[in-house]
Order: sequence, then C-alpha cells, then structure tokens
Amino acid sequence: MTVTTESALAEAIAGAQGPLRVRGGGTRDIGRPTAGDLLKVAITGVELYEPAALTLVVGAGTPLAEVTTLLAGEGQRLAFEPMDHRVLLGTEGVPTIGGVVAANVSGPRRIQAGAARDHALGMRFVDGAGRVLKNGGRVMKNVTGYDLVKLLAGSWGTLGVITELSLKVQAVPETEATLIVRGLALEQGVSALARALGSPYDVTGAAHLGFDGGTTLVRIEGLQGMVDHRAGALLEDGFAGWERIDAAASAALWADVRDVAPFAGSDRPVWRVSLKPTDAPGFAAALEAAGLSHRGIFDWGGGLAWLELETTAQDAGAATVRAALAAVGGHATLVRGAPEVRSSIDVFQPQSAPVTALTRALKQKFDPRGVLNPGLMGV
Amino acid sequence: MQMPQPDAGVLANKPRIAARLRAALGPRGVIDDPIELRAYECDGLSAYRCPPLCAVLPASTEQVAAVMKICHEEGVPVVPRGAGTSLAGGALPTADAVLLGVARMNRVLETDYDNRFIRVEAGRTNLSVTGAVEQDGFFYAPDPSSQLACAIAGNIAMNSGGAHCLKYGVTTNNLMGVTMVMADGEVVEIGGAHLDAGGLDLLGLVCGSEGQLGVVTEATLRILAKPEGARPVLIGYNSAEVAGACVSDIIKSGILPVAIEYMDRLVIKAADAHVGANYPDCEALLIVEVEGSDAEIDDQLGRIVKIAKRHNPVEIRESGSAAEAARIWQGRKTAFGAMGQINDYMCLDGTIPVSRLPEVLRRIGEMGAEVGLQVGNVFHAGDGNMHPLILYDANKPGDLEKTEALGAEILKLCVAVGGCLTGEHGVGVEKRDIMPSQYAEADLEIQMQVKDVFDPDWGLNPAKVFPLDASAGRRG
Repeated sequence: MTVTTESALAEAIAGAQGPLRVRGGGTRDIGRPTAGDLLKVAITGVELYEPAALTLVVGAGTPLAEVTTLLAGEGQRLAFEPMDHRVLLGTEGVPTIGGVVAANVSGPRRIQAGAARDHALGMRFVDGAGRVLKNGGRVMKNVTGYDLVKLLAGSWGTLGVITELSLKVQAVPETEATLIVRGLALEQGVSALARALGSPYDVTGAAHLGFDGGTTLVRIEGLQGMVDHRAGALLEDGFAGWERIDAAASAALWADVRDVAPFAGSDRPVWRVSLKPTDAPGFAAALEAAGLSHRGIFDWGGGLAWLELETTAQDAGAATVRAALAAVGGHATLVRGAPEVRSSIDVFQPQSAPVTALTRALKQKFDPRGVLNPGLMGV
Repeated sequence: MQMPQPDAGVLANKPRIAARLRAALGPRGVIDDPIELRAYECDGLSAYRCPPLCAVLPASTEQVAAVMKICHEEGVPVVPRGAGTSLAGGALPTADAVLLGVARMNRVLETDYDNRFIRVEAGRTNLSVTGAVEQDGFFYAPDPSSQLACAIAGNIAMNSGGAHCLKYGVTTNNLMGVTMVMADGEVVEIGGAHLDAGGLDLLGLVCGSEGQLGVVTEATLRILAKPEGARPVLIGYNSAEVAGACVSDIIKSGILPVAIEYMDRLVIKAADAHVGANYPDCEALLIVEVEGSDAEIDDQLGRIVKIAKRHNPVEIRESGSAAEAARIWQGRKTAFGAMGQINDYMCLDGTIPVSRLPEVLRRIGEMGAEVGLQVGNVFHAGDGNMHPLILYDANKPGDLEKTEALGAEILKLCVAVGGCLTGEHGVGVEKRDIMPSQYAEADLEIQMQVKDVFDPDWGLNPAKVFPLDASAGRRG
C-alpha cells in the first residue's frame, strides 16, 4: 500500500492485522528481511523553507533529489552529505528524505558537520499503535522535553514512521579542494588523516582507499581565499608532495567515497564498521590474519571502515568481523549481503544485555503489537 | 510552585537510609545534618528551595551504583546534581529525596588527540575540559555562560548550548558516549570513542533527559582543534527590525559566523554602567564573530561589514587586536551580571524562528508594559535562542508571581510563532506545567512512556519536565 497523507498512514497502521514492511523509496534494502505487507510512505511536499533561518520542513516521502535541488536553488545543501545506497546495493527507486533520516544516513562530512540525526530538528511520526505524534520543532536550539528525534533517527522505521521532518540546512561553500597522495599504507594513511583532522583548518573530509596501492584524501571547503590558505598551509607543513585537486574534480572524488562507489557492481558482502580511527589498521590486519581478505575504504579519518570481503562463508564473515571488532570496540553492520545471509545472522551489531533490554522495552512502548518492520534491526 | 507531598514513610526512615548510604560511601560521602543540607536546597533557580533528605557525594561509578541500589530498595527518590547551576530548577530537591551530587567525580580519564576525544568523569566542569586540552591546541566546543562552574553531568542532562553553537552545535552534537547508572543501580555503557549508534540512538535520548533516565557518571566528549584565531565585529542599529534583517542577510550570504549575539538598549546601558563597555547609543547591538587566520577573518568580516552597511548602522566597530576583541565581548559576557546589579531578574530561554525576531521583541515589550514590568533582551540571534530578562523586585509582595506569569506568556508566544519553551536551559520545574502549550497529551505520554522504560518506579528526578498532574499516576 502507498500512503500519501498522515491520516491515511495512521489508519493503515492502526488497522494493520500483521507486520508491515515500512519503506520510503525502497533503495536501502538493509537489515534482516522482514515479512508483511508493503507500506510505502509517499507523503510529499515542502511545508516551509526559510533560507535565512537555515530551516526546511518537508514531507518525509519527498524525494531526496527534490530536496537537494530546492536547496541548491538558494545556494544551500544538507551538510551531512547522505550516501546514495543505490550505487553500492544496485537497488532501484527514488531515495526519500524520510528514508535518509530513518536510517541516519550520513557521508564523509559527518566528522565535521555531524550526522543526519544532528540535522533533524523535529519530526512528526506515527507510532505502531497508530498514534500521530510530534517531537522537537523547527528551531535550531530546543531542549523542551526528551529528544525522541534522535531516537527515531536511525531506528529504521521500527519505532515509528516519520511523516514530516524539520531539517537544519547549510550554505554551500564558495569552493573546495582535495589534497591527495598515493602509495601510503593504511597505518600511514590513517596517521596522516589524524594530523589533518588535528590541524586548525576545519577539514571536512578525510578518507583512505586501501586498494590499488592506497589513496589518501583530505578535503577543505570554504571561501576561495580560505581554501587557498588552508590547503597551502597543509602542503607546507607535513603534506609536502600531495597533489591539490580543485572544485568539481574534488567533488567527484568525494561523491565516490560517499557512495562507496569502488565496491559497486558486485555481490560480495560489504560491511560498514564504526570504530576508533586509529584502531582501523590493527582491525584490518586482524581480519587478514584470520584469513578474511578484503578491500577497505576508510572514511571519517579511519573511523568508518567499508569492507568488501572475499569470502564464501555462510555468515558473510560475521563471526570473524565481530570477533576482531570486539578486541577494539565499535559496531559492524552487514550493508550488502544476500537475503538468506541477512536472515541468518545479526545484520546490526548485537548490543550489551542492558542495552538490548532497553531496546526491547522501547520497541514495546512505541510498537506494542510489533507491526513496524519487526526484526529488521534484530531485536 | 507546587511540589509533590514528601513520602512520610521515607522521612521516617531517614536514620536507616543515611546509615546504609554511609556504610556504602564512608562518612565523607553522606551529608544529613540539616544545617549542612542547606547548601543543596536549591540550584540557580533560587526562588525555590527545599533541603533534601540527605545529600550524597560519591567518588566513583561503583559508589553511584551503590547509592542507586540502596535508594531503589528503600523507595527513595533521587535528584541528580552536577554543579547546581540550573536556571530551571533541574536539581531542586524534594524533602524525601536523596540529592546525588557528582562534584567529587572530576578526573580526566583519557585524552586522545589522534582520535579527538576526551573521557572525563561527569562532575568535571565544562571549562576545565577545555582546560585539560588547550595547551595542546584543542578545545571542547559547547560553552554555556556558566561554563566556569557548570558540570558536564548537568550539560548532558540539559543538552546545554552556548554562544558558539551556531557553528559547533550543542552538547548532543559533541557527545560520543556515556557511562550511566540506571535507577536500579545497573551500570550501562552507551556509545564510546566511535561515532553513531550500533542499534537505537540511546545516547541521543539520554542527552537532554534532565537526569530522569539515569545518572551519567562518565562521558566521552568530542574535542576539536582550535582555529587559528577569532575576532568579532560590533554593529549598532536603531531598530530591532533592521538588526533582524541584517542577521538574516548574513546567514543567507553563506558566511557561517561562530556567534551572532544581540543586546537591546536596556542591556546595552546596563553593560555600559557595569564594565564601561562603551557601546554605541542604539536600540539593537549585534556582535558577530568569525574564525580563521588573520587574512580569513579580514575576508569574512569584510563581507559582513558590507552587508551590515546596506542596513544603515549607527556604528560599526571592528576589532584590530585581541584587546579590542576582548573589549567588544566584555559587555556581552558580563551582561547578566550587569542586569543583576540594577535589579532582580528572571531569565527566560525560549527559541523562535529568526525570521520572527523583530515581531517577538516588539510583542515582549508591549506585554511587559501591560503589566508594568521592564524586559531586557540579550541572546543568541543566529539561532533564535532568546533570553528575555524580566526585571522585578523580589522584596515586593506579588512581584515574583507577576513576573512568572509574564514569563509563561512570553514563552507561549515563542511557541505560537513556531518556536519552543526552552532552547538550552531545560524544562526542570520552571516550565514543567506549561509543557502542554508545546506538546499535545499524546506527545507527552510517549515521552513519559520512555521514562517508564528506564525508570519504571519514577524514582529519578520525578517531579520535573512533565506537568505534575500528568505524571501523578506514575509517581504513585
């Protein structure tokens, strides 16, 4: 069923006789496959856009492309740089802004500007009992009551179905530049990224591609003079020999990092691992030592490892990945994997016993009948 | 202000409860002498006072867990307290509550520059977090004006902001993980030195939950490399409308200042009298600060000045040196103290869409005049977080009540124009009973259901955030 209004959505959920598969554009086929009737959220339209207040209020089913086009018309953008999963997953469909927030999808700029959840100022949503609810608002600073917006962001439609979002937007900077070097090993790459991120130059992208000999990238954005000064200062101090790539060519590099484009067009398992950046080299080495060959894209200064595994293991490497990660801490999600694999393993990182208990209890309050994407996140 | 009736059973059991707490914490960790307890009878909202049953000052997460376990078993409410600087009564005790202060827990546990985080005990003050890393060129971004005194524990409870959050965000955007003791004494780790949640974002839920979901004892905080420099420009206008238009144009231009602060005539005069700020004689004063190298600052300030000039300012004062920059900021940073010198005041904290600033400022002036109270305005204009200061005389019978009534009406106005009741101070007891002006019954019910999950007995800071009548059935 496709719903185009909040009241129809509330009615559909309240009247559901069994589980619902809640989707926006259906481009992010991630998590444990769930049964049930398809409930597609197509509540679209711009409620309010105030460029001078950096605020956008929009129906959750509005296509992401419409949002970005609207913002670009005023020289603005979504600062958190959401990934387009169609590239990596080979899915079709039209990504929606509601899907972006429901999955808390962020890109390379997350390290500097924050995640999708940090830019969601408020929302309306329908919970599993069919109650129409709101939380937060449309202003930048708001501590009135509990922050359910953060809780709903990244809950993959398991607690409630977002119908309307207030978002904080950002001005597109005048220009950007990327400093790039080839040939660094992962450990050297992560160390260079740490130096860049520890500099006063407000680096907005820091990634290492760990294949084809290694490529390490550092992005600066801002006014032209600012970018020149900052890139120049880095090139003089510790980044001698790095090449500078400007404007559109720089943007193209980061679109590929954002979309994990180098891993497109295959069905090998891809894991998304969040960890402490300097733990990345040891973690990758531990996987190799355990016989798990892989290619890695290390975004967020090393703190976000995208791993494409060379494995035929029934669990897509889950046991090995999670054992290696347990030694350092963090979380791992199987983003690309065959449905039968995703049905048989924990796609999302298993949580500690107390956190699992809290998660179950929250699910019970928000969705007492268990109709919203039950099991998608594992709990 | 109505508070729940203290539980007579708990009051009667005070000797046993104090003895159990003392056995767990040692003699230094428990205060039950009525005179000494006066130190904990209120926070920054000092109009309301009530000494707690006893106060405990645990020195570790284990001791906090022991306290929570005892209080859970004894059915004693617990009111957590950071440094007691809340302006909303977030740490106001009840007579039957154990006041749990984390002030002794102030150590730095880990500093990691390569991964840009610091892990501290939650009693550490905000400014001393930056103090621990600034010699190495780093800082912790959220900077509430009480930062010299306020604790990270309270910052997390209230999701504190500050003057520089236009660029750097508020506490929740800079918090990576917590160690939290649950109402029954269980210790839970949420988040850590990595980014984002592996499951549900419980960290985002805990931040800003006003000490009602658990007691945060340790925190992992994001630290940032200090920019090369920062400098403000001061711009004076003869009307709020024009100042508001200037703020809009600056934001729309794509420049991201770290702060845009606003002061009105009443506050300008008070600041002048207090520290000789030598501000221009005008209706509305803006302080806009940008960061970067000298050349970058010149570039950005040049663009801002150009925008400002389009609106016919009374005066533009650029800062050529650190000393001049400090002089521009001095009046703003001491504005609250300056207002305190001329009068008692109540500080509000509503947020509004920045486009509604002129209209709301005008209405606030009119509403004050209608009831014979003066209102000064000093606030973060870039993000619409207002701090109307209602001047009153605490010694005049009825003045406080009149002030509170005006305050509530001003906050409802903030909501009516699309804003909210509190931007950075929190709800506490102060705004508890006007929550229904922002949230419908079901919106509050789902929030209370979240508290049910974390604290089924409603033992943690129970009489806060939600209207007393709405939470009555749950508080037992």
